Order: sequence, then structure tokens, then C-alpha cells
Amino acid sequence: MSQVNLTINGIPVQAKAGMTILEAAKTVGIDIPTFCHDPELAKVGACRICVVEVAGARNLPAACTVPVAEGMVIQTETERVRAARKTILNLIWANHPQDCLVCEKTGSCKLQDYSYRYGVSGSIYKGQKKEIPFDDTNPFFFRDLNKCILCGKCVRKCHDINGVGAVDFMWRGFKTMVTTPFDVPIEESSCVFCGMCVDVCPVGALTPKQGLGQGRSFEVDKVFTTCPYCGCGCTLYLNVKNDKIVGVTPNFEGPINGHLCVKGRFGWDFVDSPDRLKTPLIKKGGQFVEAGWDEALDLVAEKFKEVRAQYGADALGGFSSARCTNEDNYLFQKLLRVLGTNNVDHCARL
Amino acid sequence: MASLATAFGSGAMTNTIGEIEEADTIFVMGSNTTENHPVIGYRIKRAVRKGAKLIVADPRAIELCEYADVFLQLRPGTNEALLNGLAHVVIRDGLTDEEFIKERTEGYEELKAALEKYTPEYVSEITGVPAADIEKAAHLYAKAKAASFLYTMGVTQHTSGTNNVFTIANLAMLTGNLGKRGAGVNPLRGQNNVQGACDMGALPVVFTGYQPVTNDEARAKFEKAWGVPLSGKPGLTATEMVNAAGKKQLRALYIMGENPMVSDADINHAFHCLDSLDFLVVQDIFMTETAKIADVVLPAVTFAEKEGTFVNTERRVQKVNQAVKPRGQARADWEIIRDIANRLGFDWKYKKAEDVFNEIRQLTPSYAGITYGRLGVTGVHWPCPTEDHPGTPILHVGKFSRGLGKFTPIEYTPPAEEPDEEYPFTLTTGRILYHYHTGTMTRRSKGLGEIHKEEYMEINPADAEALGVAECDMVKVTSRRGEVKTKVKITDRVPKGVVFMTFHFSETAVNLLTNTACCPTAKIPELKVCTVRLEKA
Ligand code: SF4
Ligand code: SF4
Repeated sequence: MSQVNLTINGIPVQAKAGMTILEAAKTVGIDIPTFCHDPELAKVGACRICVVEVAGARNLPAACTVPVAEGMVIQTETERVRAARKTILNLIWANHPQDCLVCEKTGSCKLQDYSYRYGVSGSIYKGQKKEIPFDDTNPFFFRDLNKCILCGKCVRKCHDINGVGAVDFMWRGFKTMVTTPFDVPIEESSCVFCGMCVDVCPVGALTPKQGLGQGRSFEVDKVFTTCPYCGCGCTLYLNVKNDKIVGVTPNFEGPINGHLCVKGRFGWDFVDSPDRLKTPLIKKGGQFVEAGWDEALDLVAEKFKEVRAQYGADALGGFSSARCTNEDNYLFQKLLRVLGTNNVDHCARL
Repeated sequence: MASLATAFGSGAMTNTIGEIEEADTIFVMGSNTTENHPVIGYRIKRAVRKGAKLIVADPRAIELCEYADVFLQLRPGTNEALLNGLAHVVIRDGLTDEEFIKERTEGYEELKAALEKYTPEYVSEITGVPAADIEKAAHLYAKAKAASFLYTMGVTQHTSGTNNVFTIANLAMLTGNLGKRGAGVNPLRGQNNVQGACDMGALPVVFTGYQPVTNDEARAKFEKAWGVPLSGKPGLTATEMVNAAGKKQLRALYIMGENPMVSDADINHAFHCLDSLDFLVVQDIFMTETAKIADVVLPAVTFAEKEGTFVNTERRVQKVNQAVKPRGQARADWEIIRDIANRLGFDWKYKKAEDVFNEIRQLTPSYAGITYGRLGVTGVHWPCPTEDHPGTPILHVGKFSRGLGKFTPIEYTPPAEEPDEEYPFTLTTGRILYHYHTGTMTRRSKGLGEIHKEEYMEINPADAEALGVAECDMVKVTSRRGEVKTKVKITDRVPKGVVFMTFHFSETAVNLLTNTACCPTAKIPELKVCTVRLEKA
């Protein structure tokens, strides 16, 4: 592909032809704010927060849609640009609830981040406020549509990436909102609770129920791991605070997914289920009795020895597990085999 | 995956998940992909939006049908007849890839002769699929530059399971859809580490990397590494072990992370057999139905509390990392096994999961080049023989693992049970989006448990009317082996005469009903088809 030479903020940039200004800026580490842009989605240029100044152009073009051209001279943070961005933020704040103190999104909210960056602490415009009822009817996420800034990323993810199309824009003008057809509760729509919409929401309009109040995004450790459910093997980050899982972030760069399904996204809380087995148990007189590890393992070893001595190694057998790790499975079959039998299988067949 | 191994020399997914979007035609058989492998479902739908053709073959009108160019709604248990029919049309209409057949396969003439009688009309009689649709599907599949075949349990959980896979392999080879991007024969694995469990030799006939226990050389290698003499006698499969327990031939059983008391076909029989054991030890994270009947229960940790690797359905080895400390006194499975081994007189020194992995690498050529350090956040596809090998996303490029690909003629055999007057309905089983396997994990997740709390048996509106049942009414479902009561959901997703249940719910344990009749090669019980009688309860 051919190269294009341009300068951004005085830095010479070599970009691939066809790249947008936003993408070219990113290659040299220049961050241009965006609300409605997502690398996986069609470019819509709807929110205008990414406007930049291009020498010779009359208006301020949106960096996320305009392609680079040979010799372009671009400035991304001039007074004119900053003023335009401030206006946009002011317009958003004109009908956005100011409850950042308790908002789950604080710390990873783009509206907050850009307001901080451009020194906007509320709105100079006074007008009507949206009063859409808070929706907590589905088991997985809250919908606070008063906070929605109409970037439309959730709509496009749900249609273009998931293929479900459970939500879309409804009404027009001030009344515009993103919701299900006929505004039915989301659990009665075609939604499959993949959580893509939650993961791309730049503000606090869509937030997971799990982990509510249990940790800000900047307080958690993100531990890379692999989903324990199906054979797709999506990778993800467990968000951990104080030895507790409080959420999941998809591995957006993951070669398999980029996004998860409902099980990987919201189904991890079995880890701290009160039903977890906590100690070894030995059945005595038909009842399980708690036991120490030594007692339990000694008993297992003794029984295996007994059976092998009396009936031969092929009277022993083991079911390994398609849910355990390779390391677990390897040692499991090794144990049975060094005991002298090949009676080892797992339920892949089932 | 015995048949894929026979046909090509390897039984894993031949291509990657990412390539599905590069296929011109996608053929999905017996896989309710959008519910069971959701992220692959997203990709299929995306591919269709970008212009790919989609063929869906399933007894139920699953969600993907809405996107399909052809929907082949076949009678349960007639997969191989349908695929034979497609192959017949491919040959009849001259759509074969002559060069591929000549250069890379053997057994073509025998196959051709065997397929002669599988005319679309004959196949239509067996499967209930219109002859014209069979022809249309064959053309869409064969004319594609690259066609990907995806399938899962709907194909393998039959008495004819192994044969079904042969017929898929036949079709793919006839049309040259192997060893290139966007094509392939791709079994979608159900559980997260089925592929890994197989790779690791958790199978009665092979060590790691499919090295046969009956092969003297392989055995000598493992004997040397493990320092003990090893048995060359093939072991029993899970189903056979259960039966052997019932006959007192098997005396002690160690079950790690499995719940056969819900997942096994014919639970009553499984209970009787496991109850006959002298000693049963179950290692799990919850008190499962199987743990309840054990003599000793050992608490294991979940994926979040341990380190190791999983292998996904496209042979990608990926890292599992410990995020939180073990809960209670629970321990990692591998640690528990090590500690048992050491009590049995072995001297196992593994200190961390990586020590185990390094031993696996040494003994398994296809894993030799994979290290924990290399896995990063993208993983590595096996086979990966050396540390500077990039891994192998696509199998059989240029040459099959076994040399020439082998055509295997397969005759249609009807399912073990066919509807009759006493048991007029065909019951087929599967999973739904919100739950997983026997539900031990998902039902203990608040959100998942809440959104789908109980079983709903799917039944066709006409059948519901004839029985006099309305939505959410209870019915009693009786097979030759047992009975359960369940609520019904009336839907035309299922055709007349067919009902569908999941196996996620132990209180409506569908496997009280299912048939233990097995596919003779893979020993997979015929979970997908059994016949039942319905009564309003
Ligand atoms: S959870 Fe998924 S399916 Fe549901 S609205 Fe969001 S993106 Fe769409
Ligand atoms: S997130 Fe969903 S699709 Fe991905 S591995 Fe987990 S269960 Fe499978």
C-alpha cells in the first residue's frame, strides 16, 4: 500500500494511504478524543469530539472519518479545536446527571476524562433534563438511559458484531433514546446478554450489576486468563480487588473473540458461591464428615493399594476432566498408568 | 474423533475460528452454534452479512436458520444418509475436485460405487429433506472456492457418530476443501478443554499426543520417562468403566471434575453401577450429584485459583493464570494428584504447573516447541515441534498427516430406537445459551441462574394441541428407561413428532430417559435420539 506524508502537531508522519487522521495520529502516539469511534465498527463521525484543524480547510473535520492526504498539516489541540470540544461537552452536560461520585463508571468514563482534560465542570446551557426510568429488570446489567450520550456504539456492536440487533435508536430530537423495539424490557427482547454494549459504553449508561460498588477501574488488577466454559476458548481479564473477582474485561485484541458471550462475561461468580466445597469429606456411616487433607489422601491411597493388590491394576479406573487444565489431565492419566492400568477416560464423548 | 484420525491422520479442527469469515460457503451441521459456541455464531452471522452462503442441517429450526440459504431439516439420526446424498450429487453433477482426489486421496472408486444408490430421492425418503434442497446444498458447498464444515455433538452423539464424521470427511475431500484457508472439517468442541484432555492422553488407548499405548516404541519411551513398566492393554472407556463397575470388575474409581450422574445416558443404570463400587473418590468444586454418592470427596479449585493451560477447539494452547487465592482448603487438581501419587510410593517433585508442562513437552512432539513464556495473550496452535516453529493454524496443507486422505464408504444405519406406537416421539437433547453441561457452575452464577431457572421441553404446536397441553403446563416424559416431569414450551423450532430437552437440570434429569446404546467405535452414547411417550401431568 502506498505511503502518505503529512505532519500532525509538527511531527512528520508516514501513514498508509486510506488511513484516517485518527489512525495516523495514533501511530505517533497522539491521542485524539472519541466517543462514537470503535476500530471494529463502521465509521460514523457522529459525536464530533474528534474534530481537528487541517491547514487550508474551512471547517473542523472529524478525525475519525477523514482520510489522510499527501502534505496535510494537522493540529489536534489548537484553541479553536479545544473550544469546539468544550461546546460539545457543555451540550452533553446540559442533560446528563451529575452523580459521578456514586457512578460505577468513574475512573473509566470518557465524559469525565474529557471534561477533566478540557476543564468543563458542568453545563453553561440550562435546559430540559431527560427523565427516563432507571432499568434494573434484567439480571446482568443496569440501563440508565439518562446518562446515554447517543454515541450509538452499542447499537452498532449489537447489529454488526453480534448480529442480534436487540437495540436501536427510538424517537427523534431531544427524545431520542437507545432501546429495544417498542421499548419492551430488554430480557423480553432478542438480547442474548453478550455484554458487548456494556463493554463499549463510554459513559455510565450501561453498567454490569456484578461488582457494583466493589472497586473502581483503577483499583483492580487485571489478570489474563481463559474462559472456563466452552471450547471457543475466549481469553479475558479477571478484574481482582482484595482477592475477590469483581468483574471481567474481554481481551479486545484476542484472536478468537474480542467479545465474549454471556457465560464468559457474566458467569464467573460461581467461584465465590457459598456452595463451594471447602474441606475434604469422608463418608462415615452414610454421612459426610469433614476431614483433613492427610486423612483423606491417606485413605484414598490405601484403598487404591488394597484394590490393586486384591483384584489387579485393571480393577482401578479414572474419569479425567475436559474442564480441568492440561497439567491436571496429564498427571491424572500418568497416575492411572503408572499404577498399571489404561482405564482412564473423560467425558469428551458426552 | 476416531474417524477424522482415520481419514486424515488427525482428529482436531483443521482450520481456525478466525478463518470462518473467509469461507464462501459455511456448512453447519448439528450445531446450535449461536447458543453453544456464541462467538463462533457471531462470526458466522458476520460472514453471511458479507456475502457468504450458509447451509444449516439440524432437526430443529435453530436461530442460524434465519440466515441460511438452505435449511435441511432432517429427521434426527439421519445425518450420514443426508451427507451421502450430498456427495452423490457432487459426483453426479461433476463438481468434484479431480486434482485433489487424484493427488491427495485414496479409495475414491469404492466410495463412488457405494454412493450410487444415495440419490436425492432415496435420501429424501430417509431424511425428510426435499430432494431439491439436497441438490442446492451440494452445489453451494461444492462450488465454493473455500467451504468450511462446522459440526458438533449433533453429529457425534449417535450410534452412527463415527460414521457421520466419515461422511463429512468424504464430502470435504471430494470437493478439495482441506488444507487451505477458510475451508476445513471443523468439529467444535463442547467443553473448554476437551481438546486438551484428549491431547494429554486422558483416553484409554493413547498417551499424550495420541501415541498409542499398544505401540511398543511409544510404551518404551514412557516407561523410561516415568520409570515403571506400563500396560499395553487398551483401557476401558468411561461408559465401559461404568458397566464394569456394575459387574464388579472395576472396584475403585477416581472421578475428577465430571458429573456422570447427570451427564451419562441412562442415569438409573449409572447409579446402580457406581453404587456397586468398593470405593469412589470424587474431586470437584461443588457437591455434585456424583460427589454425593462418593466415599471421599476432595475439594478442588476453580480456573480462577490455578495456573495451567487449556486448548481450545482450534488447537490453540492458551494460558490460565491464577487470579485469586484458593477458597477454603481447596487445592489445584494437579497438586492433589501429585500428593496421592507420592502416597502410593512414587516420587513426584512438581512444584508448580509449569514443571508439569515441561514434562509434557518432552514427551509430546506436537507440544515440544510450546513454552509458558511463548503463550502470551494469543497462545500457540499445535503441532509446534520446536521453539522457533510458529505453530500450525491450518492442518493438512499440501499433505495429510497420514499421507493420503482416505475415503471411507458408509452405509446409513437407522438410530437404535425409532418411534413406534408405544413411544411415538423422538427426544433429542442439547444445551442452551445460559447454561453449561450439567449446570454445576452456571446454576451457581446469580445472573445465569436467574434468567433461565428450569427446564422447558420444546414441543411443536400441533403435538401440544393433540396432547391438550398449554405453554408452561407439566408433562410426564417416559422412555423405556425412566421418566421425568417437565414444563413445556410450545414452539415450531421443533418439527412434529420431535421434542427437545437440555441436560443442565438435575431435577429434570433428561438422562434418566436417554439410551446407552453406543456408537461402536467412539463409544459415545446415543444421547441425541431416543423415543418417548408424553402425557399431560
Ligand atoms: S447485551 Fe449484547 S445482545 Fe444484548 S443489547 Fe447488548 S450487545 Fe445487544
Ligand atoms: S465467553 Fe462464551 S463463547 Fe467465549 S469461551 Fe466463554 S462460553 Fe465460550
